[in-house]
Amino acid sequence: MAELNQDSGKKGKGGKVRSKKNGGKVDLTAMVDLAFLLITFFMLTTSLNKPQAMDVAMPDKNKVKDEPQPDLLTADNRSLTLLLGSDNKVSVIYGQVKNPIEGPTTVGYGADGIRKVLLEKKAYVPRVAGGKDLIVIIRPSDKSTQRNLVDILDEMKIVDIKRYMIAKISPEEVEVLKRDNIYND
Amino acid sequence: MGKAKVKRASTSIDMTAMCDVSFLLLTFFVLTATARQPEALTVDTPASTTKDKLPDSNVGMITIGDGGKVFFGTTDQQVRVKALERMSAKYGIGFSQEDYDHFKLMENFGVPMSKLKGLLALEGSKRTDKGVQTGIPIDSTENTSNELYYWVQNTRLAAEEVNKEKESSDKNFVHPGPLKIAIKADANEKYPSVNQVIETLRNQKQNKFSFITGMRAEEK
Repeated sequence: MAELNQDSGKKGKGGKVRSKKNGGKVDLTAMVDLAFLLITFFMLTTSLNKPQAMDVAMPDKNKVKDEPQPDLLTADNRSLTLLLGSDNKVSVIYGQVKNPIEGPTTVGYGADGIRKVLLEKKAYVPRVAGGKDLIVIIRPSDKSTQRNLVDILDEMKIVDIKRYMIAKISPEEVEVLKRDNIYND
Repeated sequence: MGKAKVKRASTSIDMTAMCDVSFLLLTFFVLTATARQPEALTVDTPASTTKDKLPDSNVGMITIGDGGKVFFGTTDQQVRVKALERMSAKYGIGFSQEDYDHFKLMENFGVPMSKLKGLLALEGSKRTDKGVQTGIPIDSTENTSNELYYWVQNTRLAAEEVNKEKESSDKNFVHPGPLKIAIKADANEKYPSVNQVIETLRNQKQNKFSFITGMRAEEK
């Protein structure tokens, strides 16, 4: 039906060569195939091309120079400090950096590394801190990369930690990273 | 004689209607797809499980890559022009109408103000050549030497102005709120260069921003 110049099948009947009627139908199958392929392509590229946006909020900056920045006062048994070092490693300190309750321990990123620690602490902290939840302080060092930071923020979302902040790293904390040999270029 | 022939049903179908529909859809998708402009700085963003999509308009995008080079761009053409007008006044550099027309079409750029005129004079394809765009100057101050600070500030002001204007002239226009700032940094970019951009934003109380990330399936 949808073919052009169909063979009549009965060649030479009566020895009379009939001129075939030109006309009508063209086989559109290939055309439709192509059109649908292109539709699929354009549909996927328009919707999948949009980049994802990970929202970050930073605290207001204290602009007055010379005025010492107020130290963060967080309960020792609620705060978990993550020092982002080089070589895709994190140093985890539970409690104060100078006087840690636990750590510093070096772990990697992903489900087997940092997530285990976060899940464990998330369950543990409310028990010792009278029902109050965990506070995570993220301190990226100069040797960490953007991927590390995004990974950590992503973990916060996956583990569902409500309280976390990105803060500046102090020289003492850099020393911790250097000691653990995760402060390389 | 008298033998009834079984009429064989034809195997091919009339595809005309199907073809019509598919081409209609194809035309629609081709027209709605925005042509991708060649990026002045290509970066490989890190992946995350975030599902939120970046809006199509009212976004100021800061790109960081290639060892700390900073590029800046805005989604809306009107805002681009208004921002350049403000920057031109701020830095005392005049631009011709032609420059404005070129700038309007530029997705992002990364040159100091003093070299912007030269960049706009170049042909479109030559702008993305290596070594042409060296990045917008940035430091930890709030002086004119930190050009990114003023680009962001003036773009925010320009976006507000454009949105106000549209709101008063068009009843159906809904003010989308303040300009959203997005940071698109290369995955292997070291933190200091990212931090400098963040601090520049914080200095003008732009404490909220987004990191642009790629897609990753959630690990279970």
